[in-house]
Amino acid sequence: MAAFLEVRGLRVRFGAREVLRGLDFDVAAGGSLAVIGPNGSGKTVLFRALIGALPYEGTIRWAPGARLGYVPQKLDIERGLPLTGLDFLHAKASVAKAPREEADRALSAVGLSAAAAARPIGALSGGQFQRLLLAFALIGGPNALILDEPTAGVDEPGQERLHSLVRRLQAERGLTVLTISHDLSVVYRDAAQVLCLGEDHVCVGAPKEILTPQLLERLYGSPAGFHVHGHG
Amino acid sequence: MATVDPASLTLAAAMACAAGLVGCFAVMRRMTLAADALSHVALPGIGIALLLRIHPAFGAAAALFLGTLLVWSLERRTRFSTEAVIGVVFSASLALGSLLASGEELIEALLGRPGALSRTEIVIGLLAAAAVVVFILRAKDRLVVALVSPDIARTAGIDAPRLDLLYLMAFALTVALGLRYLGALLMGSLVIIPAVAAKRLASSLRGMLAASVAIAVFSTLAGTVLASRLGRETGPLIILTAAACFFLSLFVPREA
Repeated sequence: MAAFLEVRGLRVRFGAREVLRGLDFDVAAGGSLAVIGPNGSGKTVLFRALIGALPYEGTIRWAPGARLGYVPQKLDIERGLPLTGLDFLHAKASVAKAPREEADRALSAVGLSAAAAARPIGALSGGQFQRLLLAFALIGGPNALILDEPTAGVDEPGQERLHSLVRRLQAERGLTVLTISHDLSVVYRDAAQVLCLGEDHVCVGAPKEILTPQLLERLYGSPAGFHVHGHG
Repeated sequence: MATVDPASLTLAAAMACAAGLVGCFAVMRRMTLAADALSHVALPGIGIALLLRIHPAFGAAAALFLGTLLVWSLERRTRFSTEAVIGVVFSASLALGSLLASGEELIEALLGRPGALSRTEIVIGLLAAAAVVVFILRAKDRLVVALVSPDIARTAGIDAPRLDLLYLMAFALTVALGLRYLGALLMGSLVIIPAVAAKRLASSLRGMLAASVAIAVFSTLAGTVLASRLGRETGPLIILTAAACFFLSLFVPREA
């Protein structure tokens, strides 16, 4: 299958500090890549480079016609902002030239109630806000989702719901999904490919090959355990 | 004492509409200080225009245009120190302006002096106000997405730096519009105060835009009428009315 995303020799530096030192990987169309690694290993920097928000060296090539839906890591939103969830979704629909009803469809897809979406975004809980961001990303028919810890701050049932939603969307719409996750169990279950970023070690491969106790210890500096959930 | 002439009053209301709309995004983008400082950049332009004996509004508009470009490019290069950069640009402008203009002219430039306006001035003013209003209403969705997250805006296909520049230009044009009426010192306040009050009162974007425009227009008209009744300066009365609206807004209970 043709690569949907091709990355070659990707380097990002902030002044003298080199955060990404020459990454190479491909993601197939409809494939899924999970990025793991300890805090400060450059996961978010990688995603921001992929969307073109940071200067970089090397090559990042998206397939022609790639439409990206991006869910950033926790946003710092001023609580008093008089913007409702619907204002935010309608703004995206208008920018993406999509019908306004797409906002309602995206809301029901992520399981956010109309009452919650009518409240100012500063008044939403962390989990509700993450769902709103995912709904926002879904408007305009993206063919790739870039999710930077999409379930941060979401309660356990909510996390499971978001994961299964992403799996379902991926199956139904053939979306390519890139996720940053700290939940190794989910990575093991959902990702076709894992990219691990460590201080002095980078690897790419299938979860079964990559997620070995030895590698995790090397990556995180201490034994990291995870358990394999049953699929369902 | 200025008599209240309908054409000038229409222009003042149009200017207030533009100020109310532009102010909403200045307040939501947390650039109220920057916005206020930017308005003072008009001063050296007025000074130079007076020296060259051309219409001060052109000098002000040119200075605001250049100041906007300067602030925008500095903001892009030194992302984190916008407030500091603006502080420098503001003080330098004030210093240069007071050097170039004489005392009385300076007071006029700072506080405004509404007088009879020529037909050309009114037509140009109305067109400029309309341009600002149309821009904000057309760009509001892009502005909303960009203020929540520039990264999200980028993936939604929004050219955020260009949008920023256009917004700053709309802001500068609004300030230029109000110079004659309110002066550089007070025009920044007509942009900011109604929007701050509206932010307290509203819980949605539409609500905030509507409340901000209503407060700005009400303050302008009420201030003008009061000034003519009391035989006082118009600008300060407009700003005092707006400030009164803000203090009243503090007593309105908020949900959530």
